[in-house]
Amino acid sequence: MQNEKREPLIHISRRGEISWQRAFAIRALAIVLALVVCAAVCVIMTGENPLSIYGTIWQGSFGSKRKIWVMLQEIAMLLCISLAVTPAFRMRFWNVGGEGQSLAGCLACAACMILLRGILPNGLLIPVMLIASVLAGAIWGVIPAYFKAKWNTNETLFTLMMNYVATQLVAFFCVVWESPRGSGQIGVINLNTELGWLPTVGGQKYLLNVVIVALLCVAMHVYLRYSKHGYEITVVGQSIKTAHYVGIKVEKVIVRTMFLSGALCGLAGFLLTAGTNHTLTTTLVSGRGFTAVMVSWLAKFNPIVMILTSFLLVFLERGAGEIATNFRLNESFSDILTGIILFFIIGCEFFVTYRIHFRRGDSEAKIHV
Amino acid sequence: MAVHAKGCLDRGEKPLDNVVSAVSMHNITKRFGSVIANDRVNLEINRGEILALLGENGSGKTTLMNMLSGIYFPDEGSISVDGRDVVIRSPRDAFDLGIGMIHQHFKLVDVLTAAENIVLGLKGRLDIKGASKRIREICDAYGFEVNPDQKIYDMSVSQKQTVEIVKVLYRGASILILDEPTAVLTPQETEKLFAVLRNMRRDGKAIVIITHKLHEVEEISDRVVTLRHGHYVGDVATRDTNAQEMTNMMVGHAVSLNIDRPDPVSPRPRIEVKGLTVRSEEGLLKLDDVSFIANSGEILGIAGISGSGQKELLESIAGLQAAEKGSICYIEDDGSREELIGQDPLKIAEKGVALSFVPEDRLGMGLVADMGLTDNMMLRSFREGHSVFTDRKGPHDVAQSVVEELSVSTPSLDTPVRRLSGGNVQKVLVGREITTAPTVLLTAYAVRGLDINSSYTIYDLINRQKQKGVAIIYVGEDLDVLIELCDRILVLCAGRVSGIVDGRGANKEQLGYLMTQVGGAAHAK
Ligand SMILES: Nc1ncnc2c1ncn2[C@@H]1O[C@H](COP(=O)(O)OP(=O)(O)OP(=O)(O)O)[C@@H](O)[C@H]1O
Ligand SMILES: [Mg+2]
Repeated sequence: MQNEKREPLIHISRRGEISWQRAFAIRALAIVLALVVCAAVCVIMTGENPLSIYGTIWQGSFGSKRKIWVMLQEIAMLLCISLAVTPAFRMRFWNVGGEGQSLAGCLACAACMILLRGILPNGLLIPVMLIASVLAGAIWGVIPAYFKAKWNTNETLFTLMMNYVATQLVAFFCVVWESPRGSGQIGVINLNTELGWLPTVGGQKYLLNVVIVALLCVAMHVYLRYSKHGYEITVVGQSIKTAHYVGIKVEKVIVRTMFLSGALCGLAGFLLTAGTNHTLTTTLVSGRGFTAVMVSWLAKFNPIVMILTSFLLVFLERGAGEIATNFRLNESFSDILTGIILFFIIGCEFFVTYRIHFRRGDSEAKIHV
Repeated sequence: MAVHAKGCLDRGEKPLDNVVSAVSMHNITKRFGSVIANDRVNLEINRGEILALLGENGSGKTTLMNMLSGIYFPDEGSISVDGRDVVIRSPRDAFDLGIGMIHQHFKLVDVLTAAENIVLGLKGRLDIKGASKRIREICDAYGFEVNPDQKIYDMSVSQKQTVEIVKVLYRGASILILDEPTAVLTPQETEKLFAVLRNMRRDGKAIVIITHKLHEVEEISDRVVTLRHGHYVGDVATRDTNAQEMTNMMVGHAVSLNIDRPDPVSPRPRIEVKGLTVRSEEGLLKLDDVSFIANSGEILGIAGISGSGQKELLESIAGLQAAEKGSICYIEDDGSREELIGQDPLKIAEKGVALSFVPEDRLGMGLVADMGLTDNMMLRSFREGHSVFTDRKGPHDVAQSVVEELSVSTPSLDTPVRRLSGGNVQKVLVGREITTAPTVLLTAYAVRGLDINSSYTIYDLINRQKQKGVAIIYVGEDLDVLIELCDRILVLCAGRVSGIVDGRGANKEQLGYLMTQVGGAAHAK
């Protein structure tokens, strides 16, 4: 009879609480494993020494001073949009329209730069551009929110479709404002006059953006964590019934939060168009609106942790891109690497939430009845 | 202390000869992080016997049973079924061993019929006709009333529970565990359930029932096992014990089981409801021309079989339910009146009407499950002050005092309330609503799921509010408590007031009669 009793080889249980050091260790291990697997794949495909592959990944982000700045700018822009969608996510409002909201901001900004140049002095033009961008993003965010609040439409679908509307609008205006004629592109706006360009701070083109986003990050953390609005957002996200019960106006909170979310996406659009790129294309936001969803989720909607997750995603993407070019591999190769890395990063969350017990050795076997 | 209690409650007197052990759990320990939910617990479950599992809120009853039904896996200890050591890894393992558990929150698919739910997840060919036939057989054998073709969403709570039990029996369970099955049942429904359980006992099944209602323990069980703070305290034959002794065993010291009823202090009308008519979203008449007055310094009980309009009545007063007709007036001390119909909770509060409401659905409506105690206390007070930031100091102190006063067992003030045991969740909610110093206190089933000691603590708190001059509307299901606690009892029957009787001198028969028939007064209109 005794031998019929077998403890399962492994069994899985939910962790109660996990110390942050432990959680951190698990995640770090996942990244190391991801890099090992990536290197293995590269070695098989290219026959290169894995160390040189790691070197290449590193080079991709830290290779030169310029590369470091480009990386910082990439992080700042990704973080900005991630911060923007986070309040909505906390409210369980799945805003996957960061792309469109940012693009609406870009469009409004470019419109001001083109239509108001020479009419307004630069000192006035830039504030007007800022307000226009922020409002355009906010409108793009509020439309789905209003429909959700009033008629409970599905926000994921709605915000997603608003992306396409924004892209098509931008495509249209690219033709309207094309320069030179016939190119179908806008090119650099106000190339000679630099009207509406944000000033360069500290001699560094990207510094201003980085500083603005850093401030935004802290502000967002404080807003979500300590403000009354932040508290309302959490309650609405957790339970609409409870929100009604304590007299929170759910519709108002949804619209207000999406106004904020859209407005900050608009700000990101402003920083892109006025701050660094000085142009308008349909791919200006380059998918950050979607990557932001991942940044925000991986950080469990915590703005401070999002600095890390956005760094991680940018670093890996640039590293993978560098490998692909250096070893003359197809562009899709970097996608494969990014996929592998994400698999590990997302997969490790399982081990953070659950614990796996292995069967204990005989020496420690339990006393049986 | 536990060891001592175990010693003096030896089960030597039990007739050992005809006892067939079904399950024995030995030295079971289960931890959740730093919380030890079960600490070296031993438990014997016998065939042909109904075992009552008793213990205060958070004493580890549900956890212990979850290890039998395969939801949790013990950290230490061993389990044997029918004398064989076994390992229960999953609910499926438990089924294979003939163990079935009926949880307090049912796990049925609403859009399917009873029969479909019952066969759901079983291996083999789907044969609804054959299943329906077997379901009927099971029902006949034990006296259930289930229509296999009825959809779950059409069913009352008690019918759903019946489906859960039949489901477990259909899968061949011979060991049944019921976690607080009577908490949501009316006395009549409980009677029916007990009749079925007795039939199953006669059939040689082993049954474990968790309940906080001691009169039920006395009525249905053969043996009582008590847990305290995760420890096994002892087991006794039910006929050798009484409510007082069981309570002492659970709590660890003597407690008194009397409900006070101080006389109302200068009662004056506080809430006046006139001709209130409410329809549900589907257009069903939920309240029909309800009129009454609730006085300050008085407890007005609301009795009625479940779904007679209690929920709608409280929610209308709290500003959460739109009314079709009628008025609800809040009357200030100086005689000025405020109409509450058409207001939302925020507007009501802004008018200076201090209303507290303990809703029936605690985690769904009264609390935010993923927030800690402090943040949940903040739900009522977060708007205070002109700053854009929330003040956490105040709520923290409130949480601290609620935890102390109601002895809530929680690892910390930041533990999400979803992790607390059912009873402790209720204490947090009631505690918060009472500390907001209300002038009107609405409570729906305030002691549902609470252990006996905490229930008395709550009665005590309610009485203290009454003496402070608060108007209390107390919706309850336990008629004995209503009769002992309330100054007046309003009986609802199918949305109409079938009578208002004086609590002093009321009796159960009279209330029971009013609950099922609309009495003279309401008819006359
Ligand atoms: N999943 C969990 N994670 C963390 N702690 C838990 C979990 N489940 C239970 N606990 C803790 O274990 C203890 C025992 O809980 P359990 O639910 O077994 O109590 P109970 O006796 O059923 O109480 P009640 O009568 O209130 O239902 C409690 O202190 C509870 O907070
Ligand atoms: Mg329980």
